[in-house]
Formats: sequence, structure tokens, C-alpha cells
Amino acid sequence: MLPAPAIVLAAFSAACIPAGSSLAAARWPRRSPAAAIVLWQALGLGWGVAAVGALAALGASDARSGVAGGSFALVSRVLGGGHAAAGPRRLVAWTIGLRLLALAAGLVLLLLLCWILVAAFYAVIRARRRQHMLLSLLAHGDPKVPGALVVDHPAATAYCVPGLRSRIVISAGALDLLDQDELAAVLAHERAHLRERHDLVLLPFAALLRAFRWVSVAREAEAAVSLLVEMHADDRALRHRPARELATALLRVGVAGWVHAPAGALAVADGEVAARVSRLLRPDPRLPAPALALVAVAAVGAVAVPAALLTLPF
Amino acid sequence: MALGTYVPGYSNDVNRLGELERAIMDILWESPEPLTVRQVSGNLTERDLAHTTVMTVLDRLAKKGFARRERDGRAWRYRAAETREAYVTELMLSALEQTGDRHAALARFARSVSETEAAALRRALEALGQGAAARPAGEDRARGIGD
Repeated sequence: MLPAPAIVLAAFSAACIPAGSSLAAARWPRRSPAAAIVLWQALGLGWGVAAVGALAALGASDARSGVAGGSFALVSRVLGGGHAAAGPRRLVAWTIGLRLLALAAGLVLLLLLCWILVAAFYAVIRARRRQHMLLSLLAHGDPKVPGALVVDHPAATAYCVPGLRSRIVISAGALDLLDQDELAAVLAHERAHLRERHDLVLLPFAALLRAFRWVSVAREAEAAVSLLVEMHADDRALRHRPARELATALLRVGVAGWVHAPAGALAVADGEVAARVSRLLRPDPRLPAPALALVAVAAVGAVAVPAALLTLPF
Repeated sequence: MALGTYVPGYSNDVNRLGELERAIMDILWESPEPLTVRQVSGNLTERDLAHTTVMTVLDRLAKKGFARRERDGRAWRYRAAETREAYVTELMLSALEQTGDRHAALARFARSVSETEAAALRRALEALGQGAAARPAGEDRARGIGD
């Protein structure tokens, strides 16, 4: 018979997928992006723990010491070899083999998820190192954007290179396009990204997208979190600059954007700039405290439930 | 913009070697033909640099792939591996790309928008009384913002 925690953990990790899809489609996250980002992180972590845990629970042989303890018990039993339980020897060997297989599959999944994260991290580090090298040869300062680097290119764009040596980069095209107030708003937005290390928030979702590009929920999650991160940086910029400056800066950069992708090609990103602008000009009320509390409970539950199933005896 | 000069944004953590690399790349980019170490030294604004210093920097640039060197008799001649414009384009392209890992490596202020969305943004700018600064509107079939 299958152990109960394995069934619950498998169901939990499977349920994370429709939960992610409906969170991506929901409207409330843009009212409180920070809370929604935390929920996304908890959902992602909970899914991983539950998926790995379900396989480990299949392998756990000793129900009374929990999945983690049970897995150890199985391994030590195989290694020790001695005290096989009563019953037909053949059957015991069979179930132990199957359980070891499930345990190995769980370990492989865990290693795979870690590897995906590490590989994405290295790709990011490589891209940033190249950016720093090129910027040190090409970029220059400009009094209109104190602290930022200017690259002489006619396309209007602004971005930041996060990390220990973080940089904000503004193209000459954006420098010409935006007025002084709009540039200050752009800088405030980018500084918020750097200060709060939004790149680290985005990294696991970008890593999952990199590995599971064909899985629609991976695409939805990455798009949703990256939009929420932008909205959160917009909110932070509003502490220093009026909304209108940021909105017109966004509109101008959006309209003058270098590449106008044909409609539909960026199906996921399409409408992002418009959504951010309409949010700045006609802000919805932030989520009330009870709703935020509910989000917090959901986030804690998404991690605590699979973690408890793994560690507690059953 | 002044070439090969002090860069405020990078002055804090990029050492003198970094500034020299930049000055030397500027010289290589402007020269139509490969230059010897002596010619590069001669073109630097800072004349009193040791020959070996310039050689070391050129070597570093070659190792990083920014400069190519070729034998000319007993001397090495150096040239830029790519034009300055090619590097600027690379910089911008990597910032504009939409793929997952690029997106995590750099955070962009605004992503590329579709033609349809661009038209909607244009109309929103006009509605804000800022239309004059935007590019002339193309098509009118776009939806409004926030609907």
C-alpha cells in the first residue's frame, strides 16, 4: 500500500500547477505586488519540496519516524542488511527495490532542480561579466544622469546590471528622449531594482523557464513575477518621484522602443507597459490588511504543509 | 564625447589599468590599420608610460578578445577585434533580448512592445498632453490603455 504522505505530497505538488496558473491570471497581485511576489516564491518552493518529498515518501520504509527519518531507515536497513522483517523474503526484496528506486528518483529530481538553479546563475554571472567588460570600454558618465552610465546608441533603453558591482545603463537615445524629471524617475525605478536585489527574486523563475520552456506554467510564472517585480520597482520609485513622470517615461520608452515586435510575438510580455502605466495613472487601492493576512497564511502554508509532511511522523 | 578620458561612473572601482585599456582601445578603434606597441604609445595622451606597460595592456586586451595581434617582421601589430559600433550593438542587444537568463542578468526599464501596444501607448501620451514629443501616430485600430 502507498504511504499516505506520498499521496498527499504528490497531490500537493500537482495542485501547485493550477494554483500558479490562477495566480498568474489574477488581478489582485498588481494591487500589492510585494505580497504577491512572496506568494509566488512560497508556491515555487512548496512545489519543489512536495515533488521531491513525494518520491522520498514512497521510499520511506518506517512510517513512525516521518519521511526523512524513514528514508534514512530504508538506506541503513539495506546497508546493514541484517534485520529484514518477517514475511516471504522475496516480497521484502521486491518492495525494498521499489522503494530504493523511488528514493533515487527523488534524489535525482532534487539534484536536477539544484543544477537548473546553478546553471542559470552561471549564465547570469557570465552575461554580467561581459556587460561590465564592455561598459568599462564603451560607457561614459553624463551630468544629466548622475551615477549612471551612458552608452552611445540611438535606441531608447535603460537597464541595470545587478550584482556587487551594480550599474545603471542609459542609452543616448533615452537621454535625448526623456526630460530631466523623467530621467530621474527612471533612475529611481532602476535603483529600487538594485537596492532590493530583484534579480535574485527573478533568478529561480528564470531558471525554471530556461529548463522547462515548453511548460506553460513555467512561462506564466516567469512573466507574472517579472511584471510584479517591475510594478514593485514602480511603487518604490513613487516614493521619490511623482507618478506622472514615471508614466510618461514608460510611455515614451515604450513608443520609441527599438524593436517593435509584431503583435502576438511577445504574447506574454504584450500589454505589460500599458498595464504598468494604467496602474500608475489610475491606481487601484492596495489590498486591505485582512486580504494581506490571507496571502501571508497561504504563503506560509505553501511551504509549511509539505515541510511538515516530510518531517513529522505519520 | 571625449575619448579615452576619465569616466566618472567607473572611476571608483576600475583601476588605472582599466582606464588605460579604454584609452588604448580608443586608439585601436580609430586607427585604420594595425599598430605596433610603439605607435600605440605615441598616440596616448600620457606620453611617459613605459613600453612594457603598454605592451602588458595590449596583451590583456588580446587575451580578453578585444584586440587581435599579428606578426609583422620582428614586431607585433595590434588591431581591434571588432568595431566600436559592433560592441555597442552587442551591449544593447543583450539588454533588449527577452530570454529568461538574459532577463535575470539585466533588468530593463520597459520591455519591447508590439506595434499594437505601441499605438495604444502613443494615444495615451497624447491624452496626457505629451503627444508632441512622441512619434507620429501610425494606426488607429489599437485598443485603449487599461481596458
